Amino acid sequence: MSAEMNNSVEVHTITAETATDAKAVLMLAEFETADQLMEAATSMRDQGFKLWDCHTPYPVHGLDSAMGIRPTLLPWIVLCGGFAGFCGGLLMQGWMNAVDYPFLISGKPFFSIPASIPVAFELTILLSAFASFGGMLALNGLPRFYRPHFRSDRFRRATADRFFISIDGRDRQFDIGANSKLLRELGANAVEVIEE
Amino acid sequence: MKRLLDALSPVLRPELTGNAESPEVDNTAYSPDSRVDLITGANDNTTITDKVCSIVEEKPTIGWWGFFLLAFSVLGLLGIFVPFLIFWGVGTWGVNNPVGWGYAIVNFVFWVGIGHAGTLISAILFLFRQKWRTSINRAAEAMTIFAVICAGMFPGIHVGRAWFAYWMFPLPNQMELWPNFRSPLLWDVFAVGTYFTVSLLFWYMGMIPDLATLRDRAKHSVRKIAYGALSLGWTGSNRQWHVYERSYLLLAALATPLVLSVHSVVSFDFAVSQVPGWHTTIFPPYFVAGAIFSGFAMVLTLLVPARQLFGLKDVITLKHLENMNKIIMLTGMLVGYAYSQEFFMAWYGGVKVEKFAFINRAFGQYAWAYWIMISCNVLAPQIFWFKKMRTNVWVMFVVSIFVNIGMWFERFVITVTSLANDYTSSAWDYYSPKLADVMIMLGAFGLFFTLFALFCRFLPFIAMSEVRGVLADQAHSRAAASARHSSESAADSASASQGEN
Repeated sequence: MSAEMNNSVEVHTITAETATDAKAVLMLAEFETADQLMEAATSMRDQGFKLWDCHTPYPVHGLDSAMGIRPTLLPWIVLCGGFAGFCGGLLMQGWMNAVDYPFLISGKPFFSIPASIPVAFELTILLSAFASFGGMLALNGLPRFYRPHFRSDRFRRATADRFFISIDGRDRQFDIGANSKLLRELGANAVEVIEE
Repeated sequence: MKRLLDALSPVLRPELTGNAESPEVDNTAYSPDSRVDLITGANDNTTITDKVCSIVEEKPTIGWWGFFLLAFSVLGLLGIFVPFLIFWGVGTWGVNNPVGWGYAIVNFVFWVGIGHAGTLISAILFLFRQKWRTSINRAAEAMTIFAVICAGMFPGIHVGRAWFAYWMFPLPNQMELWPNFRSPLLWDVFAVGTYFTVSLLFWYMGMIPDLATLRDRAKHSVRKIAYGALSLGWTGSNRQWHVYERSYLLLAALATPLVLSVHSVVSFDFAVSQVPGWHTTIFPPYFVAGAIFSGFAMVLTLLVPARQLFGLKDVITLKHLENMNKIIMLTGMLVGYAYSQEFFMAWYGGVKVEKFAFINRAFGQYAWAYWIMISCNVLAPQIFWFKKMRTNVWVMFVVSIFVNIGMWFERFVITVTSLANDYTSSAWDYYSPKLADVMIMLGAFGLFFTLFALFCRFLPFIAMSEVRGVLADQAHSRAAASARHSSESAADSASASQGEN
C-alpha cells in the first residue's frame, strides 16, 4: 500500500470506464483530505443523493451536517434501558427480600427505598450501558461481516489515512458515467465501481 | 545506572518493535495564546497508524518475551496457592479471631482502586473535553479491566469454597434463599459487576474502529479472521460514526457517576459497620480520591516504560505525563486531607474508642504500616510541585511505585488496625500474613502484568482513531495561528485573513 495506490489504475476492481450499471452495487471515490471530503459531501447532499455515505478513519467534525444526517434515536433507547434498570432493581429487591422470602434483619423494614438505592442505581447504569451499546449496534446494522466495500483494496485505507464517498447501486440517481464524473470534479483522486 | 541502561539497551530498543526510537520533546511549556501540541514530531494519520499497528504486527521483542515470561511465572503462584486454599480451607489465610479480614480484602480494595483511573481518563476527561486523554485512554482502560479481574478474584476465593461463589448473585439456590439486599457486601457485587461490564463495553466499543484498521492491514488469514470478527464489519461510515459517537458520549456520561459510585460502595463495606475507625461518613469521597490516586500511579508505572519500549514518546508525550502527575499530586493531597480529617473528627466526636482507634493507628502496633502509608501517599507526591521533577520520567516512575506501595498499605492500615484493636482489649490480637496470603497477593500482580503484556501484543495500544482527530484539530489550530501571525505582521491583509478563519 504505497504510492502506486494513488493513481487511478485499479488492479482488483473495475474502473468507472469499464463497469456497467446493471451489475454495479457500489461506487467508491477516494479523497486525500478531510476538507476535500467535506466539500464533496455538501455538494452530494445538495444534489439529492439518498443512499450514500462517507467513510473516514476518524469522526470528522461537521461532516454530519455536511451530509445532512438527522439526530439519532439512541438517547431515547438508553433512557428506556435506564428506566427499566431502576424499576427492575427496586422490584427485584422488594420481591426477593419482602415478598418471596421475607427476610428479617435486625428488626429493619423488609423493604425500604434508601437501602435499595445502591443496587437500583447500579442496575440503572448497567441496563443503560447495554442499551447504549446494543442500540448502537442495532442502529448501525452491526455486526455485518460482508460488505461490498471490502472487495476494494483501495478501501482498506479508509480505516487508516484516506477518505471515501460511497454511493449505493440502489440509489435513484446512481449512474456510473455521471456520478464518476461528478466525484472527480469534486476532487476524488480515484473512483471505483464494485460489481456483483 | 548509566551502565545498567547500556547493558539493557539491546533489549529496550524500540526498533525491535518495528518503530524507530522517538525523540523526547519538551512540550510542557505554557503559552496563553496557543495550545501545546499533544502529538509531537512530524506525525500524520499514516505514521500514527503504522506506529501503533507495528507493535501488534511485528514479531515480539526479547524485552516483551522477558516481561511476559516473568509475569506469567509469577502468575503461576496463583496456580499453586489457590488450589491449596481450596483444598486446605481458610486456615491457609493468616486471619485470626479479631482480624477476620486480611490480605484478601486488602487486595480486593487495592485492585478495585487501581481500576478507577481507566474510567476516569476515558469517561470524565472525555466529558471535560480533555484532549490529552486520547493517547493514554486505551492502555488505561485495559489496565482497569485487568485490575478489576484481579479484584474480582478475591471475593470469589477468600471464603475457601469457590464453588459457592454463585451465592453472591440473586440466583435461585437449593436453600430457596435470596441474598440480603441490605448488606453492603451485596451492593459490592452489583457495583463491581456493573463496573466491570460497563468498562469492558466502553473499552471494546472504543476499540472497534482500531480493530478494523488492524483487520484492513492484516496479511495472515488467522489475523484477518480474528480482527475481522472483532471489528464487526466496521467501515468507518459516517452514518455509523454519528450513532457511535453519540453512544460513546452516553457511555461516558453513564460511566462517570458509576466510577464515583463503585469505590463509594466499596467504602460502605467498612463505613456501614460499627467498627471504630471504619464508621465514618468521610469514607466514600476519601476512597474515591484514593482510588484515582492509586490508579493514576499504576497508569504511570505501566506507560513510562511502555512509551520507551514501543517508541511512542511522541504520542504519549511529556505533557501527558505531566498532567497525570498533577492529578497524582492533587489526589494525593486530597487523601492526605482525609487522613487529617479522620483524626480531627475522632478527637472532635469525643467517642473514646474512636479516638483510641486513630491514635493506635499512628502509634500502636501497626505504626510502621501507618508511616509507610503517610510517607508514600502524602510526602512522596509533594516532589511534583517542582516542574523539573514532574517532567522527569525517572522521578515519576519512582514516585508511582511509592504511591502503589502506599495505597496498598492504606488499605492494610484501615482493614487490619481497626479489627485488631477494637472495643474490648481482651479480644485484641496481632495479625500477620501466612505464606499463602503473600503468594496469592504476588500471583495477582502476575495475573495483571500477564494480561497487560498480552494486551500490548494483540490489541491496539493507542486509540488511533481518536489520535487522528487530535491531529486534525492540531493542524486546524496551527493553520489558524499562522493566519493570525501573518495578519499581525501585515496589517493590510488582516481583515481579509481573519474573515476567512
